[in-house]
Amino acid sequence: MITIQNIYKKFGKVSVLKGLDLEINAGGIFAVLGPNGSGKTTLIKSILGMVIPDKGSITIQNKKILKTHLYRNNINYLPQIANFPANLTVTELLQMIKDIRIKEADEAALIEQFDLKPFLKQKLGNLSGGTRQKVNLVLTFMFDSELIILDEPTTGLDPISLIRLKEIIQQEKDNGKTILITSHIMSFVEEVADEVVFLLDGKIYFKGNITELKKQTNQSDLEHAIANILTTQHA
Amino acid sequence: MLKIFKYSFFDLMRSRWSYVYFVFYLLIGFVLLFLNNDTSKAVITLMNIIVVLTPLIGTIFGVMYYYNSREFTELLLAQPLKRTTIFLGQYIGVSFSLSLSLVLGLGIPFVAYGVTQSTAIFDFISLLLVGVFLTFIFVALAFNIALSNENKIKGFGYAILLWLFLAVIYDGLFLISLVLFQEYPLDQFSLFATIFNPIDLSRIVILLKLDISALLGYTGAVFQKFFGTNIGIIASTIVLILWVLLPTFRIVVKAKKKDF
Repeated sequence: MITIQNIYKKFGKVSVLKGLDLEINAGGIFAVLGPNGSGKTTLIKSILGMVIPDKGSITIQNKKILKTHLYRNNINYLPQIANFPANLTVTELLQMIKDIRIKEADEAALIEQFDLKPFLKQKLGNLSGGTRQKVNLVLTFMFDSELIILDEPTTGLDPISLIRLKEIIQQEKDNGKTILITSHIMSFVEEVADEVVFLLDGKIYFKGNITELKKQTNQSDLEHAIANILTTQHA
Repeated sequence: MLKIFKYSFFDLMRSRWSYVYFVFYLLIGFVLLFLNNDTSKAVITLMNIIVVLTPLIGTIFGVMYYYNSREFTELLLAQPLKRTTIFLGQYIGVSFSLSLSLVLGLGIPFVAYGVTQSTAIFDFISLLLVGVFLTFIFVALAFNIALSNENKIKGFGYAILLWLFLAVIYDGLFLISLVLFQEYPLDQFSLFATIFNPIDLSRIVILLKLDISALLGYTGAVFQKFFGTNIGIIASTIVLILWVLLPTFRIVVKAKKKDF
């Protein structure tokens, strides 16, 4: 599905990605983990074409994607911070994104699931952080795309919405979608992810399923396994 | 690009500030016309307001819009859109809504006063055109500054400095250099110095149009002598167009390379 070869990216003097190679097969949920500043967001944004790598190549479904834009029609992306034009209403925003995507959208069920009906006519600037994140989720999941990228999807969600989110992610997986998630909440990752990609120092340190990771580090839960990698690496 | 333009425009048209700006011009227009009772005098007073105010509002609105819509821009960047489309759409959206506030705000009082029947109609139209030009120029400059500066405070600082420099300091430096080098022929120097400042340039376009030689000042006189009134207006309009195109071109180049 995604092949990333030898990607380098520098911001000023700081090298964030240093020759990263990654292969992600179609279908399943992949969690991209790593300490702060390890390049998770940079990696995801490179796939989306928001960050332009200094070197290397990225192919999605056997097509080179750097400097092109139409491939994004097949990606749903949930950004970390949800901030929308303050003076548009929720309905108008949904309409606008549908207008841009030129793709079948099915938002009615999602609006129902996240209880957004009462907010549809309200301006986005007047919504609370959690409600805005729900709008963000509707925007992400209303299209039928093969690749779904979620950057910290749990931010600001109440427990009910979190359960709904997990259900939706599971549903999408059952439909054969490829889902990339970054999160710092290990219990969430442990619950949903099939495979873990661990970034350290601009490279892939570990790629495999969670059981393997636990075995390799001799730890019983994911949180400690990750902590174990970090302490032995930086000792 | 039209879609992005449409939504940026709708978003701004509902912002309180667009109305404040619109009402401000509406008030100024009515007050000047009905107190002055003389359209061409009103046009001159308005010119002095427009050449200073539209650049200021354009710069501040441009920088503010860019920084405020950063996360939203990121959302758009993840859609199947070209970067050029997104940024040009937003740029034109901001410039167009500001221009609309200006044109309607001043247009309504002038039409109510009956300017359409008087000879001052063309002066008035050229005044509005210059205001629109200045809006497009300074919003483009503001977008340039914002694209090059990640730091909001720095971006705002540079934008205000740019406005202050072109609206106030530039003229001061220009005058000082005229006095200092008064023994030398300064015609060409002053011609070039004017071309590099869109605010001066617009002032001259209007004064040439109004044909008030007493108000032209040295540069204006040089301009008029050099080009004659008609060619002068055409030449300065072309330079104004370049002032819009060059910063817009840089927006495109910069946006293509930027990381978000």
